[in-house]
Amino acid sequence: MPNMSLKKVAMPEQAPDVRNKNFQEVALGYTAEMAIEEAQRCLGCKNMPCVAGCPVGVRIPEFITQCAAGEFEQAYQTIKSTNALPAVCGRVCPQETQCEALCVRGKKGEPVAIGSLERFVADWYMANTVEKCVRPASNGRKVAIIGAGPAGLSCAGALARLGYAVTIFEAFHLAGGVLVYGIPEFRLPKAIVRKEIDSLREMGVKVENNMLIGKVLSVDELFASGFEAVFIGAGAGLPSFMDIEGETLLGIYSANEYLTRINLMRAYDDAYDTPLLRHRRAAVVGGGNVAMDAARCAKRLGAEDVYIVYRRSLTELPARAEEVHHAKEEGVIFKLLNNPVRILGNDKRMVTGIECVEMGLGEPDASGRRRPVVIEGSNFELAVDAVIMAIGTSPNPLLSRTTNGLDVNKRGCIVADEETMQTSRAGVYAGGDAVTGAATVILAMGAGKTAAASIDRYLQGMI
Amino acid sequence: MDWKQTGNERLATAEQPVTPTHIVDAVAANEGRYTIVDKKLLNDTVTLMEVSAPLIAKKAEPGQFIIFRVDECGERIPLTIADFDREKGTVTIIYQHVGRSTKMLNQLEVGDAIHDFAGPLGSASHLEGIRRACIVGGGVGCAIAYPQTKALHRMGARVDIIAGFRSKDIVILEKEMRDVCENLYLTTDDGSYGEKGFVTDKLSSLIEAGDGYDTVIAIGPVVMMKFVCKVTEAANIPTIVSLNPIMIDGTGMCGGCRVTVDGKMKFACVDGPDFDGHKVDFDELMARNSIYSEQEKDHTCRLIGGAAGA
Repeated sequence: MPNMSLKKVAMPEQAPDVRNKNFQEVALGYTAEMAIEEAQRCLGCKNMPCVAGCPVGVRIPEFITQCAAGEFEQAYQTIKSTNALPAVCGRVCPQETQCEALCVRGKKGEPVAIGSLERFVADWYMANTVEKCVRPASNGRKVAIIGAGPAGLSCAGALARLGYAVTIFEAFHLAGGVLVYGIPEFRLPKAIVRKEIDSLREMGVKVENNMLIGKVLSVDELFASGFEAVFIGAGAGLPSFMDIEGETLLGIYSANEYLTRINLMRAYDDAYDTPLLRHRRAAVVGGGNVAMDAARCAKRLGAEDVYIVYRRSLTELPARAEEVHHAKEEGVIFKLLNNPVRILGNDKRMVTGIECVEMGLGEPDASGRRRPVVIEGSNFELAVDAVIMAIGTSPNPLLSRTTNGLDVNKRGCIVADEETMQTSRAGVYAGGDAVTGAATVILAMGAGKTAAASIDRYLQGMI
Repeated sequence: MDWKQTGNERLATAEQPVTPTHIVDAVAANEGRYTIVDKKLLNDTVTLMEVSAPLIAKKAEPGQFIIFRVDECGERIPLTIADFDREKGTVTIIYQHVGRSTKMLNQLEVGDAIHDFAGPLGSASHLEGIRRACIVGGGVGCAIAYPQTKALHRMGARVDIIAGFRSKDIVILEKEMRDVCENLYLTTDDGSYGEKGFVTDKLSSLIEAGDGYDTVIAIGPVVMMKFVCKVTEAANIPTIVSLNPIMIDGTGMCGGCRVTVDGKMKFACVDGPDFDGHKVDFDELMARNSIYSEQEKDHTCRLIGGAAGA
């Protein structure tokens, strides 16, 4: 008999006024008892609507049934068979728009906490199992992967499982991509990312750090040196700015810079050398997960007032619901339907404020969201000493410029077939933000996985 | 480069053919270890290091840079490639030990390995078509200008160098520079060596004397580049500068190195580091470069064991 409670079993969290001063993980995870209780809310629907919402097709009812029976190891194997990074996805996927949005229990009450259960199972496995990795028999064929982010790691895992000799070339000194430079410790502990990557290494995946492909080696040279296929998961690229007055003042960052200093370079940790100015009042421009991450980091680094400045309303805010909820709890102030028009500074070129206008919502635009319209004469000033631009990125042209026959679209994103992730060049596949522009970890992982299957078919001579 | 060629065709016709096995061997042999094979103190505060980095050495061009990290907790610091040897598989860097990271780097000796060493980054200098050039180097900037000078010299251009230093005791690379130019003009601020005065004074007098430079390349402190550009702008001589803004990733991801050139935002790590000096907003660059100077002082105090600034 299923547990018919209308509410999810709540996951314990650090109290908001405690956690907004530290970088430890916000959500503390289920206990085994909580996980079993929540798993018992699943109806085990025969037609499995939730699975259709998962970009990597995790067999959700199956793993939840195993979890309800206390068979956590089996539950883990069920997830792992289609998802290379369970502990990561359980934490950062937007479940409310994917699997949980399709959960039958959500029609009356809250859906099953699929994400929380996935996280529990992955954490339980890491804590209780000595990884007994069975290295798949090698087929001796080499595949190169460019970028050790979610797309590349997912592609590497899937190919390694099939016996391919996979080498990942990573430009940074550390593998993980956005999982290490972008998403903060309090949302995704880096020890978890490291363990996931270590488990890929145990499967035989090689990771070469400090290798910026397009500069130190070209894609052509990778082929020439014996790699038979290449997957490009190089990430989103160059940060966008608004092109407004005052944007070169001191105290203005792209979210990429701000988060990289904090996450990858650990500016909050005294053991590390990375400098970072401490700001008292910060405005973060944008409404995605990156904006939430930057705002919550600013708060943790001691800013008294932190604003999210977003030109649309809460309905259109693209960030994951839990992040918005957490940010509000932690004291981040949401200035919705506001848009910056210029940044103000003093004679030392330091930011002193941001001038905004109020916005109204007009007819829906191409994205289907209502178009924000400036309300004339509504200008006002927000006093801040830092502005963090989290308004997206544009593709880095390095690989498309240095690779023969690699087509990009008019935005500069690499063109790849949606079904196969095949690019315009034979043997070269691409996925993740390099193809879609800034999107989510799980979509990138889905693309990496799809590409791995295509690469396998390609190398088997089937396509 | 012919984009219609296939990769293999291009490799076959490339000036420096990349042997496929060589790539694999180099990766395997290197194993991410960037060993210091030579270290020379050029003056009290400037050191030359030759580092084993075969893949970078194979691709490096004048004007490009590397990013190093000295240890697990270190910053990512960009340094211009001062020289490279494709045969030996080494890259030479010349750095002034002023900040925490360069001081830590300087504690490493021959045989030690640098934790991370990534490159070649940035766009190579565009030197084609230059026939008569004046290279203006200030202090350690002379080291940064050296590979361009050498390349121009090899390409058959006539090159003069104006190398400015504060005083005689910090003069570096005198012989190396002399070997790759027609005339080397040394200046010191205090007159203890060469001519007394600033590089701009010397440049003005050479231009007035009608030396017919078609290009000036200025590399040194930002303020020096700014004033060199004032001189050359008045004389209408195209001027290339190499910028050194604060940088994190060096691959076009963070935007920290943005500079304003011709009123537009450029990223020094991908669009540069070379830019048209007449269009660079030097005052903005100076302000951006000084943003962490207080924190840097504190760090340096801790490093040398003095009282921390806090």
